[in-house]
Amino acid sequence: MPDVTRIEIAMRSGFADSRGRAVARRIRTHLGIAVRDVRTRDVYHVEPALGQEDAERVARAFAGPVTRIGAVGRIPEDGADWDVAITVGYRPGVTDPVGKSARVAIEDLLGRSLGPDAAVYTSRVYLLAGVSLEQGQRIARELLANEIIERIDVRSWDEFAGGPVDLSVPKVSATAVPPVETIDLELSDDELVRLSRERLLALSLDEMKAIREHFRGAADDPRRRAVGLTGAPTDAELECLAQTWSEHCKHKIMNARIRYEEPGRPPEIVDSLFATCIKGTTEQLDRRIREREGRSWLVSVFHDNAGVIAATERHHLVYKVETHNSPSALDPYGGAITGIVGVNRDPFGTGLGADLLSNVWGYCFASPNTHGEVPRGLLHPRRIREGVHQGVIDGGNQSGIPYARGWEYFDERFLGKPLVFCGTVGRMPVEVEGHPAERKRCRPGDRIVMVGGRIGKDGIHGATFSSAELTEESPVQAVQIGDPITQKMMFDFLLEARDRGLYSAITDNGAGGLSSSVGEMAEQPGGARMDLARAPLKYQGLAPWEILVSEAQERMTLAVPPDRLEAFLELAARREVEATDLGEFTDDGMFHVLYDGRTVCWLPLEFLHGGVPAMDLSARWSPPAAQPLAPLPRPEPERMAELAIEFLARENLASNELISRQYDHEVKGLSIVRPFVGRGADVPSDATVMQIDHARWEGYVLAEGVFPGYSDVDAAAMAEAGVDLAVRRVVAAGARFDRIAALDNYCWPDPLPAPDNPDAEHKLAQLVRASRGLARACLAYGVPLVSGKDSMKNDAVIGGRRISIPPTLLVSAIGLIEDVRRAVTLETRGAGDLLVIVGETRDELGGTEWARARGVQPTTVPRCDPERWAGRYRTVSAVIRDGLVRAAHAPGRGGLLPALFRMSRAAGLGVEVDLDVLPRDGEPGWEALLFGESCGRFLLACAPDRREDVVRRLEGVPCAVIGRFVERPVLGVRHEGQVLLDIETGRLAEGWLRTLADDDAGEGDRA
Amino acid sequence: MSGRRDVRVLIPTGFGLNCEAETARAFEVLGAAPDLVHWTDLFARRHDRRLADYDVIVFVGGFSYGDHIAGGLVLATRIRARLLDDLRAFLEGGGFALGICNGFQTLLRLGLLPGPEELPHDFEPRADLAPNDRLGYRDAWVRLRVEDGTRCAWLRGVERIDVPSRHGEGRFVVAGEAELDRLERRGAVALRYVGPDGEPTETWPFNPNGSRRGIAGITDASGRILGLMPHPDAFLHPWHHPRAPVHDDPESAFRPTGLAIFRAGLEAAASR
Repeated sequence: MPDVTRIEIAMRSGFADSRGRAVARRIRTHLGIAVRDVRTRDVYHVEPALGQEDAERVARAFAGPVTRIGAVGRIPEDGADWDVAITVGYRPGVTDPVGKSARVAIEDLLGRSLGPDAAVYTSRVYLLAGVSLEQGQRIARELLANEIIERIDVRSWDEFAGGPVDLSVPKVSATAVPPVETIDLELSDDELVRLSRERLLALSLDEMKAIREHFRGAADDPRRRAVGLTGAPTDAELECLAQTWSEHCKHKIMNARIRYEEPGRPPEIVDSLFATCIKGTTEQLDRRIREREGRSWLVSVFHDNAGVIAATERHHLVYKVETHNSPSALDPYGGAITGIVGVNRDPFGTGLGADLLSNVWGYCFASPNTHGEVPRGLLHPRRIREGVHQGVIDGGNQSGIPYARGWEYFDERFLGKPLVFCGTVGRMPVEVEGHPAERKRCRPGDRIVMVGGRIGKDGIHGATFSSAELTEESPVQAVQIGDPITQKMMFDFLLEARDRGLYSAITDNGAGGLSSSVGEMAEQPGGARMDLARAPLKYQGLAPWEILVSEAQERMTLAVPPDRLEAFLELAARREVEATDLGEFTDDGMFHVLYDGRTVCWLPLEFLHGGVPAMDLSARWSPPAAQPLAPLPRPEPERMAELAIEFLARENLASNELISRQYDHEVKGLSIVRPFVGRGADVPSDATVMQIDHARWEGYVLAEGVFPGYSDVDAAAMAEAGVDLAVRRVVAAGARFDRIAALDNYCWPDPLPAPDNPDAEHKLAQLVRASRGLARACLAYGVPLVSGKDSMKNDAVIGGRRISIPPTLLVSAIGLIEDVRRAVTLETRGAGDLLVIVGETRDELGGTEWARARGVQPTTVPRCDPERWAGRYRTVSAVIRDGLVRAAHAPGRGGLLPALFRMSRAAGLGVEVDLDVLPRDGEPGWEALLFGESCGRFLLACAPDRREDVVRRLEGVPCAVIGRFVERPVLGVRHEGQVLLDIETGRLAEGWLRTLADDDAGEGDRA
Repeated sequence: MSGRRDVRVLIPTGFGLNCEAETARAFEVLGAAPDLVHWTDLFARRHDRRLADYDVIVFVGGFSYGDHIAGGLVLATRIRARLLDDLRAFLEGGGFALGICNGFQTLLRLGLLPGPEELPHDFEPRADLAPNDRLGYRDAWVRLRVEDGTRCAWLRGVERIDVPSRHGEGRFVVAGEAELDRLERRGAVALRYVGPDGEPTETWPFNPNGSRRGIAGITDASGRILGLMPHPDAFLHPWHHPRAPVHDDPESAFRPTGLAIFRAGLEAAASR
């Protein structure tokens, strides 16, 4: 008999089990199984066992007085007619946050500790009526559990209720610590490549050779011999280098020397896209700002975990966006929650630390309505979408951080790799204890202190894993599960410690774990020495190299001056946060890691950080052959109405308001313009606006632009359009035009040559073009790039078939506004208000949503003219900020029609426009006028008596009054003197509201 | 309002609570200076004041212990184990308590709401806040109506409240209709969700959780304790209202009705 107590909690019969009901609905709609009823039970296994009286006390306390029943062992049968019982629990070693909280509750309830090795393990039982055992298996695998991290037990009700009570727990059995291995690199090239692959190092042959070269040279170093090491690397050294040199950490492709070719032009050499297009752009803008203003508002860029810009007298703003694609493909919930709580640690670990203000999220998925089987090894996109949403919802809400921006984009090519973008804005005080808060001050002698969660095998090889393509054998260890509450408690403690000046530097433990965090922090003082045997573990038996590179979550690494150590550890203990002194920073130039006093890793920092050989790559752009669009004859109004309804109901235009409202968007009390605006609060806003401080009116404005569809024609057009839309959106909301910064997040299909990747050179050429487009637009608009990230292996090879994502660049803009009370939305005030368009419409339907709807691929992709448009935006910005307009909107995906629809719906009014007066360039037909996505345009609404003022202020800018808002609830469009569209706005909204309205989608696997 | 400044307000923090900043701001706007103290310092009695030294304690919103097991349950269990005597002394001294969202869940699980029909408090839980009928967390503004003639000090002079509702477990449930009748008769129901017609509603989205008879907030027998699911701490100035950016004169159009609750409580505490 195991030494375990089982406690079950369930809703009493007679009280609704809304969770069970939601599961039943999903079984019916997603799997087409006619389940009759579902109820659920929460199970707590406590080890070691509790006495009967104590156990009953716990069951009573957990159940509460009315709706729920608690029992020790099994809940007595209530006469219900069940067929199948499914139990879902975690696999050994997987984070169980509920179990952790339950232990705290039990210990306080009983007034005693459960003992050092005690644990509470949670699982969930689903009771189903009206299904067979076989259907139960399918429901468990395809809906309720993810076998990568969870165990499933499916049995008949009779067996469940009549058999012995299940007391099994997913305990990790303690094993001996594996010895440190020495790895022989004196191998042939093929053997080196194989070694890299088999150990999941993701190192290239050149890199393996560079490492071999280093150790050959180190063989005779007496200092190395003195610490007991030889001329071959230890496993810890090799793993540490693999993590530090991973694409994820080193951005080798963005830093490569690239020979770039395109048809009709001589080849040229690009020496690092990062140095030229990104850093170079920002440096140029920084100089321009200094010349103009005397000093720069760029406070800290490129060398820390996130970019820092000046905002108010009291605070700087910190912003970072990350992706968490590969883990989310394997375990959508765990991958996504780790993505959001992980990116939280970036601003938090910038400078001396920032407190967090708002999150952003954005996802690229294949259609959730994908029919038929998905390839083996992949999850259905609907399941990925549900899990990702629930993960980010739980991660954000439980951390008490509101979301500011959220979007989804659907394309079948995201079947192989979904993209999960998560970002966080933080604010740091301008000074901490008299020191600039953006500067870390790590000195030799400072203690290396790890704070937060414990280390397990979770997330081992995360950095190298994300730098490799997904295959059917992708390692289970690469999945971590974030625990937002543990992190929240750690953050609360660290903010206290920061404000008391108890540490001198902070960084997060993300990719590469301690090897990266301590390795990077060691650069400032010039060395580090730590002993891994001191690190707190979730369970025994980890090899030293595993402790070094584990990506177990919720951990920060700090430098604590020796005279503050006691106070720091005392405060941590008081706040019930684990903090451990692992060693000290030094200045001997070495990254020196020991295990129980024996050296396991001894690497010069210079080699660790500077030894990776630069890549030489070749890029060749093969643009698609020019393809015009065969125009459609103009339909009759009734047919046009149907087209408009169908168009707005497309997944890429439809409302996702219901699921978005499951994310908190106003906790902290700083939100002013929310993600959804308008009379019904259901129209997505162009940009959101938040205060920075409760007591001040200054604010920041967030928006983004992302156009994966354009990269098929030209990735440069995609990048420019992304910058352009992000900028137009923050301008529309009232941001200062001279205080806009941006982040770049590249997600690319693998641009490295390989036998199964024949068009790698083209993909790399797309990367070059996107980077140049990005730089061009940012320079023209004066928008520095303050932070960014790239993810270069967004492919899946399944059954020999490569599924690559379209190259995707997300541009996230952050702007400043002096007074949030003057922010503008896309909702105007009343009937009679005029609608003004700014900017020309051109025949640009390439890569647009309309072209996709028609199933055609014209190459007339929307192009930007940012050098010319910068002055226009400055003018428009002034018009908006001077209060001349009542509403402003930047048309984006889908063009004018969705933009008119949104403005009309927001105001609760009809709108009548005449396409014939639209300023134009070339000869756009009705399709381009209504659905073209030409950049550079704004829609402004103003009171009739402001018409003269607005038009006068816009002198020299192409603009026209195209119509007005009317009481009649109709969207009316005229073209060439005739009615093109005349449809009731309510009818127009039906599909738009319905397509993504499965609000049950929020009920994740482990909600 | 002399005296407001002298009211001693405690806002305990930590363990995943996350609305302490806006809650503190509410009191600051009204001229009070709240103490933000981590629960661990209250547990360890490291803070230089005990609970009974305060006039007002606010149990703020958030996700204490991640809503694990049930919202507010782990925190309530810890408070019960470590601070029950202090809490009793605070209540017997006539202190005022407000529980918002997770704070309401916590007060409910501590047995302070609805509490016994007659004082003193016996710390016996009598009701649940169950998962929303329509499953899942939801953030959307709702309208609340204050119960006619309520004895609740936090609602004195307040009639209608517009505030966001932000929870996944807010359906107030007691054992049966008769018990609900009894609660209503004794004046425990303080706030209800209302529909567009201004009448109490059980219908989503006006009532976000499907609570019977639209119940949104509960007070105890003394009227000094109020618990409510929606967030008065989220409507402290006119521009918190989602429609403020599209109004010519938000200041007169959007009276911050969230702040009104804090004002009423503070004034009641000042004049005791």
